[in-house]
Amino acid sequence: MTAESCFEPKIIGFLCNWCSYAGADKAGGMQVAYPPNVHIIRVMCSGRVDPQFILSAFAKGADGVVILACHPGECHYKEGNCRALQRHRMLVLLLEPFGIAAERCRLDYVSAGEGAKYRRVITEMVESVRKLGPLAVACGE
Amino acid sequence: MSEKPKLAVYWGASCGGCEIALLDLHEKLLDLDAAMDFVFCPCLLDSKKKDLEAFSDGSIAVTLFNGALRTEENVEMAHLLRRKSKLLVAFGSCATGGGVPALANFTSREALLTTIYRDNPSVDNPQGIIPQYSTAVAEGMLLLTPLLARVKHLAREVAVDYFVPGCPPEPHQIWRVIETLLSGELPSAGSTIGCGELTVCDECQRTKEEKRITAFRRNYEFYPEPTVCLLEQGLLCMGIATRSGCGAPCTTANMPCTGCYGAPDGEDDQGAKMVAALGSVMDIGDTAHLSEDAIAEKVAAFLESIPDYAGQFYKYTLARSLLGGRAGR
Ligand code: FES
Repeated sequence: MTAESCFEPKIIGFLCNWCSYAGADKAGGMQVAYPPNVHIIRVMCSGRVDPQFILSAFAKGADGVVILACHPGECHYKEGNCRALQRHRMLVLLLEPFGIAAERCRLDYVSAGEGAKYRRVITEMVESVRKLGPLAVACGE
Repeated sequence: MSEKPKLAVYWGASCGGCEIALLDLHEKLLDLDAAMDFVFCPCLLDSKKKDLEAFSDGSIAVTLFNGALRTEENVEMAHLLRRKSKLLVAFGSCATGGGVPALANFTSREALLTTIYRDNPSVDNPQGIIPQYSTAVAEGMLLLTPLLARVKHLAREVAVDYFVPGCPPEPHQIWRVIETLLSGELPSAGSTIGCGELTVCDECQRTKEEKRITAFRRNYEFYPEPTVCLLEQGLLCMGIATRSGCGAPCTTANMPCTGCYGAPDGEDDQGAKMVAALGSVMDIGDTAHLSEDAIAEKVAAFLESIPDYAGQFYKYTLARSLLGGRAGR
């Protein structure tokens, strides 16, 4: 077995309480199978995800970070998800010179009823990070 | 007459601006000289490493260490000065956060050397010679101090008692720091001194209103209105994510803050703070009838005008940032 094939990505997921957290629950209720690599942190809104949280996750050993928000127009705090999107896009550009590929930091929308979409996003995320391999951040040296 | 406390000022990988800031104390230099014995400073005094070695351990009251750690020599001097000093102060942006030299951490040491000595458009080096750490010549061996794999800030290598930010620290703050350290009433160990606790915006005199930015603009594109918040005019002024204490001289001179006092009190990462702040003031217009992909494209188009977010947001703090530099993979 090669090192690559036994690599299990460690992924931190910031899930909005009102939509994607419920969406994850829904996936559980539907008993659909999805990879167990995502460690979920529930937040009250995707707008609460300070970019420092994301960088800290990478600094502390995460291979990927996924932020799941309410669909546009459905944020319970009106524009939290649009702030999250704007920050996320800028963060992806910021991370590029750090050698952290865009696939390692994903934002998507999952509503409370979208158990199947939750499963798809998580599966895609885990598989794309698995392909990239483990991340070795500089600050650990 | 009792002996005056000894002062040392040393530079690692730096530009010399911190020493100039010290000289900018002007007539206060005489007060400094009256209060302290300035024993070591290769930039300003004829003092050598052996003079420093001759002091007994802990006999220098205060060392102001500026510059980042780029070479093994920088590291050796940092350890020597730590040993000789009662208080070791990381002085200036390079010593506190890596400063401009640490931007090299976005690339590898090897790529850095080939860019500088071979690939830059202005380089004339047909044989592709890259400096070596040791070179044999007829007279013997020439030695250069090796570069570290990455630039470090001082506290990464030795224990630091206080941090004084600024590129360079403002002279009125330098004087405050010296007075504080001489007073005997020392601030708690490891604290950042010679600065404020808020952000540069707090000291900036411009009028600030609701921030809604419809486009990011760069310095060369226009002449900013002199009384209105520069961020509101679309410039990526970093005052909003930068510790106060400088008195906002840059924004007063109609230039955006570039962030030299580092992340505000209690924050770990200046770049992330900038992203958080800008992400909430961007105005991409009405998106009510757009698809999710179309909204994402609009945001991407908005962000295109700035070529290098990381270089701009980590200009002074990369070595001390959460990620430190380019990842291994
Ligand atoms: S409440 Fe779900 S993203 Fe704001």
